[in-house]
Amino acid sequence: MSSTIESPPESAKSVEHLAAATVRLAGDSGDGMQITGTQLTNTSALAGNDVATFPDFPAEIRAPKGTRAGVSGFQVHFASEDIFTPGDHLDALVVMNPAALVTNLPDLKSGGILIVNEDNFESRDLKLANLEENPLENNSLDDYRVFRVPMTNLTRKAVEMVETEDGKGLSQKVADRCKNFFAMGLIYWLYGRDLDPTLRFIREKFGKRPEIVEANERALRTGWNYGETTEAFISSYQVEKATLPAGTYRNVMGNQALAWGLLTASKMSGADLFIGTYPITPASDILHELSKFKEFGVRTFQAEDEIAAVCSTIGAAFGGAMAVTSSSGPGIALKGEAMGLGMILELPMIIINVQRGGPSTGLPTKTEQSDLMQVMYGRNGESPLPVIAASSPSDCFDVAQEAWRIATSFMVPVILLSDGYIANGAEPWRIPDVADLAKIEIKHPQATEGEEFQPYARDERLARPWALPGTPGLEHRLGGLEKQDITGNVSYDPDNHQHMTDVRQQKVDNIADAIPEQAVVGPENGDLLVVSWGGTFGACTTAVERCQREGLSVAHAHLRYLNPFPRNLGDLLSRYQRILVPELNMGQLRAILRAKFLVDAEGLNKVQGKPFAVTEIVDKIKTLLA
Amino acid sequence: MATELPVLKPADFASDQDIRWCPGCGDYSILAQMKKMLPTLGFPREKICFISGIGCSSRFPYYMETYGIHSIHGRAPAFATGLKNVRQDLMIWVITGDGDGLSIGGNHLMHAIRRNLDINIVMFNNRIYGLTKGQYSPTSPLGKVTKSTPMGAIDNPLHPLSIAIGCEGSFVARSIDVNIKHLGATLKRAAEHKGTSFVEVYQNCNVFNDGAWDYATDRQTKADNVLELEHGKPLIFGKNRDRGIRLNGMNPEVVELGKGISEDDLLFHDEKADEPSLAYLLSRLRNEDGFPEPIGVFRAIDKPKYDEQLNQQIEYARETKGEGSLEKLFHSGDTWTVS
Ligand SMILES: Cc1ncc(C[n+]2csc(CCOP(=O)(O)OP(=O)(O)O)c2C)c(N)n1
Ligand code: SF4
Ligand SMILES: [Mg+2]
Repeated sequence: MSSTIESPPESAKSVEHLAAATVRLAGDSGDGMQITGTQLTNTSALAGNDVATFPDFPAEIRAPKGTRAGVSGFQVHFASEDIFTPGDHLDALVVMNPAALVTNLPDLKSGGILIVNEDNFESRDLKLANLEENPLENNSLDDYRVFRVPMTNLTRKAVEMVETEDGKGLSQKVADRCKNFFAMGLIYWLYGRDLDPTLRFIREKFGKRPEIVEANERALRTGWNYGETTEAFISSYQVEKATLPAGTYRNVMGNQALAWGLLTASKMSGADLFIGTYPITPASDILHELSKFKEFGVRTFQAEDEIAAVCSTIGAAFGGAMAVTSSSGPGIALKGEAMGLGMILELPMIIINVQRGGPSTGLPTKTEQSDLMQVMYGRNGESPLPVIAASSPSDCFDVAQEAWRIATSFMVPVILLSDGYIANGAEPWRIPDVADLAKIEIKHPQATEGEEFQPYARDERLARPWALPGTPGLEHRLGGLEKQDITGNVSYDPDNHQHMTDVRQQKVDNIADAIPEQAVVGPENGDLLVVSWGGTFGACTTAVERCQREGLSVAHAHLRYLNPFPRNLGDLLSRYQRILVPELNMGQLRAILRAKFLVDAEGLNKVQGKPFAVTEIVDKIKTLLA
Repeated sequence: MATELPVLKPADFASDQDIRWCPGCGDYSILAQMKKMLPTLGFPREKICFISGIGCSSRFPYYMETYGIHSIHGRAPAFATGLKNVRQDLMIWVITGDGDGLSIGGNHLMHAIRRNLDINIVMFNNRIYGLTKGQYSPTSPLGKVTKSTPMGAIDNPLHPLSIAIGCEGSFVARSIDVNIKHLGATLKRAAEHKGTSFVEVYQNCNVFNDGAWDYATDRQTKADNVLELEHGKPLIFGKNRDRGIRLNGMNPEVVELGKGISEDDLLFHDEKADEPSLAYLLSRLRNEDGFPEPIGVFRAIDKPKYDEQLNQQIEYARETKGEGSLEKLFHSGDTWTVS
């Protein structure tokens, strides 16, 4: 459904024009900050801005209320220009309690707007946040434009009139839950946002409970009116439409785009989708999303553990399905043995790793890129598998189809890397024309009269035939024991093992012939090449652009294909004086590049559960080129 | 139009691979009975698939001229689950051992059985790890001396059928490698059951655990130590069929017929009982406790099947929502146009 967007309610106050704004809403885990942030994202995108988001929440579902551990935030960057990151520093910060204030304040620009729910700054609240003094009452906030708003009380008043079935009106607990919509209304006023999309959302989400619909609507409008009528706010801001390429757009989140990409690959190849998986943050939403689409023939299987998940996936691949398993690092560790089996069986499937902070349980809700070595080398024996990585939420859509194309044309499990930042981030996505989507061709052999079927005979790419159970005359057995070339029978022959190992490696290497050469943005040779992969795409792109504008000789190569690398990568690396590899790990791609190409690549590395700030990369580039 | 199926013989199910089990191993007999039984089903050979884990027993699929996967240790039920979910048309057999199925793969076995997919699981129970050369297994008796338990095993053994029943198994049966008629008939019943069938086969490992089942196979003793279950019939056993099992309160006891005790006083077998209590009680009868060990079908009930329901959900979604459309999906919710 395409919806016409009415112009926002007019503000009578003056309006300042901005190229971009970065806003973060932060509160307790139970304060509804994620909903608020998602709504601001959608509304900004609908208003024609480019947007990038960074939701950040604790691993605990309900960490102790009011504590620093329980703070949940959502950052939205919206702009009239092309943007790739959620922004380094905040133009505006909304905090619902003292814990949210102290944990988020360092990111607010000096002179930035700070909107505080002052009702939550009682001594009890301060104590929960481990604060000795009330920051609203000392001079710690002098650097900012502080707006103290009694949100809780104003919200309670706003919803007082709401009638309930029992005639008692809303309980205070329910009333207080509406205050995120008050905050939203105020931010909408501040940035000239239209209320309609959120009003529609409220009606859809709470439609069965009219009193909740009414209360949230009232809270939203009251927030907007507060901005308009209170003298404290002198003017509001306007971020003009971005000039995006023509087309119809929608917002997508990374895991959603990944699920839709899988669905698309299934349709384009005519193989029904099977996903065998086990819930784990931040990958679970892929399962949730796909389980909605049974009418596409999608079979979702929530297995008893990750081992069963990947094994069921291999079983489904044997049966001819488009077989997928999804997890995060800890689950991928469990899948290791079976992934090796999948590779020696030479069946097509996709293994998704939405990375999170590790090792072990690590930082489940935070992002990291530290599973590259795991997926490259984390199996017993010589077990090469192709690896490709998504670079942004919308890129997940394309990468999912690319993974299935490689898997089926080379008869090999393909590892698809995403990460928590991409998975939960959102951005506008230009909806493709379904008629333009590329088909993925799949062939299954039939028996030939008088010819014995050879399950490990190979085509020119070294792919073996995908013969399906049910085909008369092609009965064959697959297994994890080393197999004889061509026949697939068990073989302990030393030379054969060497040969099969070489062939399996060569087959993966051959994929380099079927992928594009690596592109660079910037000069074709020069002082510095920034090499990145995965979710750091946005920060690296922005940082390099900024340095290029300042006249520095720096180029950027963002890798989608990590195994095998594009054919021209070695040559490309040799054309620059220095190579910088920024990664949210301790230098995993860098180590691989050094080993493979004998180049003196340098790293910019951090594992703090946070994406790179653009300035961190800019600073590093400048230091290297100084 | 149904074309007539070619009539297959046991030899049609033999692959061209040399069989590598030790001479005298009980696995040979199970393989022979499987090859003999399958042609009697009139099921197309190309639609049959054997999936195994790792162990001597798990070499089974290599010897069958059907589709097959020799997978990894303990996980065969999970492979079978994935395959059955996408290919309901196939007849899938899982071949597992007592170590493969109850030790490393216990979790998968449990969940496959509870889901009640329409698959058949055969556990070759030799009460030992054969392939790794003789360590004790989860079914080895207490005190068992093996390579890894020189002073005797100290973990309590599991009873495979009690586990299967505890997992809500809809078809649970037992047979013996050398009891070939019974074995063939039991495998056939398992094949014909709709839902997960679980069959434990007493299998002799003549190299590492020879004679583990002697009491149940020896000509002299087997009639006294084995009780053949028949649906609706009283539990009678013994060379002269003069002994039976009766309930004393909640507990089973062995009684002699005659002397005031008639067949009517005995426990009657009911494989179709909704409640699994009787089947469970039968699964607990152990030779070492002075009971005959039942063979045959303990339980065979009709229950919803996971694969069937999954596919029904898909059909229902298609009926109610229509075939999925990417166009509709991409444009659902809020969109905007840039010109
Ligand atoms: C992950 C893994 N761990 C251990 C082994 C070694 N292993 C192979 S078979 C086996 C035990 C087999 O016992 P059982 O299932 O009873 O089969 P049997 O050989 O007795 O038929 C073990 C421990 C393995 N192959 N893989
Ligand atoms: S070791 Fe035992 S179970 Fe394995 S093949 Fe030999 S006799 Fe059979
Ligand atoms: Mg065994």
